[in-house]
Formats: sequence, C-alpha cells, structure tokens
Amino acid sequence: MTTTAETMRKLTYREAVREAIREAMQKDERVFLMGEDVGRYGGCFAVSKGLFDEFGPERIRDTPLSESGFVGAGIGAALGGMRPIVEIMTVNFSLLAADQIINNAAVLLHMSGGLFNVPIVIRLATGGGRQVAAQHSRSLEGWYAHIPGLKVLTPATVEDARGMLWTALEDPDPVLIFENSGLYNMEGTLPVEAGAVDIDRARMRRPGRDITIISYAASLFKALEAAEILAREGIEAEVIDLRTLRPLDDTTLLDSVARTHRALIVDEGWRSGSLAAEISARIMEGAFYELDAPVERLCSAEVPLPYAKHLEDAALPQVDKIVDLVRTMVGGHG
Amino acid sequence: MADFPMPSLGADMQEGTLVEWLVKPGDRVKRRDVVAVVETDKAAIEIEVYEDGVIERLVVEPGQKVPVGTVLAVIRTDGEPAAAPKEEAAAAGEMAAPAPARSEAAAAAAPPEHEPAVSVPSVPEPAGRIKASPYARRLAAERGLALERLQGTGPGGAIRAADVEGGVAPQVPPAAPDQPPPAVAEQAPAPPTAESPPARDFQAGMRRAIAAAMARSNREIPHYYLQLRIDMSRTLRRLEAENLQRPIRERILPVVPLIKAVALALNEVPELNGYWLEDRLQPREAINIGFAIALRQGGLITPALLNADLQNLDELMAALRDLITRARSGGLRSSEMTEATVTVTSLGDLGVETVYGVIYPPQVALVGFGRTQEQPWAENGMLAVRPVLTATLAADHRATDGHRGAQFLDALNRYLQEPEKL
Repeated sequence: MTTTAETMRKLTYREAVREAIREAMQKDERVFLMGEDVGRYGGCFAVSKGLFDEFGPERIRDTPLSESGFVGAGIGAALGGMRPIVEIMTVNFSLLAADQIINNAAVLLHMSGGLFNVPIVIRLATGGGRQVAAQHSRSLEGWYAHIPGLKVLTPATVEDARGMLWTALEDPDPVLIFENSGLYNMEGTLPVEAGAVDIDRARMRRPGRDITIISYAASLFKALEAAEILAREGIEAEVIDLRTLRPLDDTTLLDSVARTHRALIVDEGWRSGSLAAEISARIMEGAFYELDAPVERLCSAEVPLPYAKHLEDAALPQVDKIVDLVRTMVGGHG
Repeated sequence: MADFPMPSLGADMQEGTLVEWLVKPGDRVKRRDVVAVVETDKAAIEIEVYEDGVIERLVVEPGQKVPVGTVLAVIRTDGEPAAAPKEEAAAAGEMAAPAPARSEAAAAAAPPEHEPAVSVPSVPEPAGRIKASPYARRLAAERGLALERLQGTGPGGAIRAADVEGGVAPQVPPAAPDQPPPAVAEQAPAPPTAESPPARDFQAGMRRAIAAAMARSNREIPHYYLQLRIDMSRTLRRLEAENLQRPIRERILPVVPLIKAVALALNEVPELNGYWLEDRLQPREAINIGFAIALRQGGLITPALLNADLQNLDELMAALRDLITRARSGGLRSSEMTEATVTVTSLGDLGVETVYGVIYPPQVALVGFGRTQEQPWAENGMLAVRPVLTATLAADHRATDGHRGAQFLDALNRYLQEPEKL
C-alpha cells in the first residue's frame, strides 16, 4: 500500500496538461507558450496558471486577440528553430487561423520541396456540453483530421493529457492537440514518473466480445459508462479510444471489429461528412466480411448546439442513447 | 452484337438462376465455351455459348432468377466494331421481358456513351433474395450451410451470425452409443460444394439418412403393433366450438389435441417415452414429441415439440406452426433435431386409415394417426354415425410388452373422450 501511495498520485486533466507544458519548458529551452491570456491571467481554462511566474514573459507570452496573427507568428518561430506551443482558446476561434494552419503549417514542407518542417504544436479546447452556446461549443477536430500534413491528437485520459505533448513537440511537423474542455476537471491516477506516450495508436479501454464502440475524448467516458450498463445485461462491449484522429490507427479498429463483428462510432462531431463517417467507411473497406450488422454512428444532432441545458443534452451523444443503440444492434429485431 | 439468352434446358424449364459467371467483359469466347453456371429446379448446369466473339457486357448478375429467354449477356461477334449502342438497345428490347426499368427516365439517367438502359437489368427484382450479414454469409459458407435453410432473426428477417451458429449442421458425426442419434435430416451428407448443387445433394443425403435409420430399425427392433378405433366426436366438438370464436390464423388444428393426448398418456405409461440403449430401456422424463414433417422437396424430418405434456393447446399449436415453417424453410435448432423421445406420425390428411409405423431408433415407440372419418358406431345398444380415428402404436418389444402398450392406447382414448383435460 505504501508503495502505491509513493508511486501513484492523483491529478486533474488540467494539472496534467500544465505539468506537461512545464516539463517541456524545463527540458528544452526552445519551447515557449503563446496565446490569448495564457500569461498573467493563467489561461482561459486556467491551464497555464502559475507558469508566467515560473518562466517569465519571454516564454509565457500573452498575445493580441488575433488568431491568424499569433498562429502565423508561431509558424514563423517553428521555421526559425523554436518549438512553440500555441494555445488557441477554443476550436471555434481557430477558424480565424485556419488559413495559417491549413495553407501554411500543413503544406510548407511540401511547398519547400522538403526543406522546411514546421514543428509547431497547437493546443485547442474543444467540445460542447458546458452551456456556452453554439459559437463556443463546436467539435471541429474532425475537420482538421481531413488535412494531410497535420497530426490531430485528442487525449481523453489524464495519462494522455500528461504524455502526448512531449511526443508532439518532438514531431518535426505540425501537431494539433484538442483538449475537450469538459475534461479539464476530471481527476485521474498516474504514476509519479508518468511521462511521454505514443501518439500514433488507438487503445482498447475495455475488452468485449459483442460490439466495438469506437470513440474519443469526452465521448469515450460515455461509451465506457454505457458498456458498464450493458455488461449487466450480458452485452460485452469493447471500447476503443482513438486518441489520434489523424493518422487513424486502422489496425486496432479493424482487429477489434474482426472479433466483435459489430461497430458503433460515438462522435461529438456532426454526422454528415464526419470523422465517424470516415471510420465507418474504413470498417466497410477493411472488415466488410466480418460485419454482422451495419456499422452505426451516434453523433451530435445536426443543429447549432443549443444553450438550454435540456436541449444541449438532447443534441449531444449520451449514455442512454449509446445503450439503446447497442441493444438494438446486438439484440433482436432492430 | 448477339444476345446470349437464358437457355431452355428442358421442356419443363420456365426459369433459371444464374449461379456464376465464368467470364468477364472483354473475355474472348469460342463456340461451345462454358461461360456460366445456371441452376434449374433439377440441377446446376454449365452453359455454353454458340458464337465466337468477345463478351461485351454481362446483364444479369449472379443470384438472379430470370425467365427463359432473358438476355444474360451481350456478345460482340467477330468482325463487328465495338459498341453500337442503338442497335443493342433495340435488340435487347425485343428479347427481354417488358420492364418498368426500361422507362425513358432510366434511359436518360444512363451515361450517354452507354446509351439506353440496356445495362439496366430488365428483369424484376428477384423474389426471395436472402438477406444475410456479410459475416453470416462467410460463416455459412465455411460450414457448408445453405442460407436458404437458415431462419434469420435480424432486422427484416436478415440472417446473422447467431442464426448460422444455431442452424442445423449439414453433417454430424455418428452419435456416441449412449446418445440418441440426431434426427434424420441431420445425418445429411457432406456439405454442398460448388460442383454439386446443394438441393440435390441434400435430398440424396436425406434419402441415405432415412435409409440407414429405418434399416437399422427393422433389423434391430422387434416391433409389435396395437390399433384402436377412437371416437373423436367429443374432442372435435370442443375444438370446433373453440375455433369458431377465433380468427382463422389462431385456430387449432385437430392434430394438436392428439399430440397433447399422446403426451399425457405417456405420463401414465412412461416406458414408451425414452430410448433403448446399451441393452436396456432408458425412459426419459421430458416428453419431447418428434413430429414427422414431410418436406416439399421430398423426404421427412422429425423435429421435436419439447415438453409437449407441459404446454397448453395454444402453445402447442404455436410451437407446431413454428416447427413446420422452420422445417420447410430451414433453421431448425439442433436440440429439436436430437431430443425427441417418441415420434408421432399423422397421415390422415392424405386419407390413410391406419399407420403402421417404423420406430425411429433408439426411441421405443411410434404413435400413428390415420384419417378421422364418419363411421357407424355402436354404443349402448344404439347405432350412430361418429367421426372415428384409428390410432396405432408401434412399440419396441424389448422395452415393453403389449399389455403396457394397450394401457397407453387406453389412456390416449380416455383423454380424447375428456377433451377438457387436454
């Protein structure tokens, strides 16, 4: 017991991200953090709280309200040999910087004939469910997963929140890390010496035999909760955490579907043209002859996310919807 | 261009199912080359072409059943230039059955260089396409099970993996000595292969299986037969009154009270319910009545109505209807095929008066029912006309003697005179 107490500790997702940033700043002097209110204010989600005092204004830089400007500056710094961590307050405002991300960061290596990597890491809060209304509740990570030249990470667990950043910084190309804002307060238990983790593999979070539920970020925990309920009814759901949306880890997904013969994708993004659609297509291409039921998708309702709580809840994927859908898929006459 | 139509492979052939193409567009073919496999009601037959040329287009897809004369493919004969669409359209239009798909709208929708809807199959959607999940199809293929014989429980009756796993296996290893052998259909032969059409193989196999079981029965079992004429007026009157109050779909067939009466009578004479194994009688507690069902394609199987004595007439009727449907369309469970403890054969529908049954080993009894017909009937010094049924018992003399057999028939009669107890 004492061993456990000494080697394990509790911390929140927010603290895990902060620790990851701090460790990166300590290990590599080329690393700096830049974004709106990340310095004196401590970050809109309080992720960088305390870092300004620890590292000073040179390395924890408050920026003007100009996403295009400071993401562009980050790209320039990366080209110049730095390792910038650029925080965009939420994915909603990343649209103002989409030109820098998509037209510059993602293609400069290609446009320069392989001469210039852009080792930038962009952190963005994402997701709905916090009653901040349509313009602040989008889940657009699936859009960025469409773009060659980018890597798109979606840490769900505290372990991944702690470990993905360093691996992303070591990557020579642009990496986007989407932090679901609903997870910042989530507490997890980690080994004291927890550090970097891989960023190219999906991971099975719960083994099962009857169906594979594929999910990521906040929806992952809804899937796990649903699996718990289903287990009491004798339905064993395997739950896969994608972790990385681009590149997708097809092998893990297809291996799982080959065991369970059914797949449900739970994705907070909208259904049409979604990441869920892409995964569904890949399962059809790679595991058609393993399927015992059509692949199903549980996505957000195709509306701007409502402000009212009951409407917002109704628009997002929820545990009871997952449970119902799985029952239909595994059980009798759907 | 030449049309390659569904050939007539016999005077009685109306239609055929294209099983497989052995060529693809662009392939060069010579007269007498085999290009496709077609299945008729009788057999799968390899189809030859009668022209030299190049396959321009395949029109009918594998699995489709089409009438004789339907264009299966278009062949560009030697010396013709590639693609002369107008001409094809006309030719195909003459040959094929009229179909709504050949409307102007469909033609307009088709890509211009491929012009009018010749490529749109002009045959109606094949009836009875079997819906099955890809995984279920693969499992069925691996196990040599024909999808036609499986019952789907998925959405819209789709066959899913669980239905394949619960389906009747085409081949079962010989039963261990202390186990009752599986019912007849289960001893069907090796899985169908591509060369031998499943239906034929199945029938031949079934015949062989019946032959083996019945030869063994007549060789090993010293049968004795008892016969009793039974006044059915009370049971039928009660049934009629009951059925009058029901919609047709929920009516109870006369055979159902017979089955129930057999089950109850067996409770009184349990030595007739069980198996002769290892040189001794082994009665069974559960009364699972194997009911002989004739299959339309020939042969019979005797799946079991499990625990018949514990079910009321409605439940038995539902179970019987379900059993017959599944016996004829496929999808019987293995338990139903192996757990019968006694057999009932009813041939009265066809006018048979008396059934002399051959016991299905290792069971020890078979109850036969003939036709219920009006007959003169003397009772209490009076002559009347009553519906009379002849019930027979074929029993294994190693297991029971005539005395017990007689008691069984007596009990059977008693229940049929007191239909309220059924």
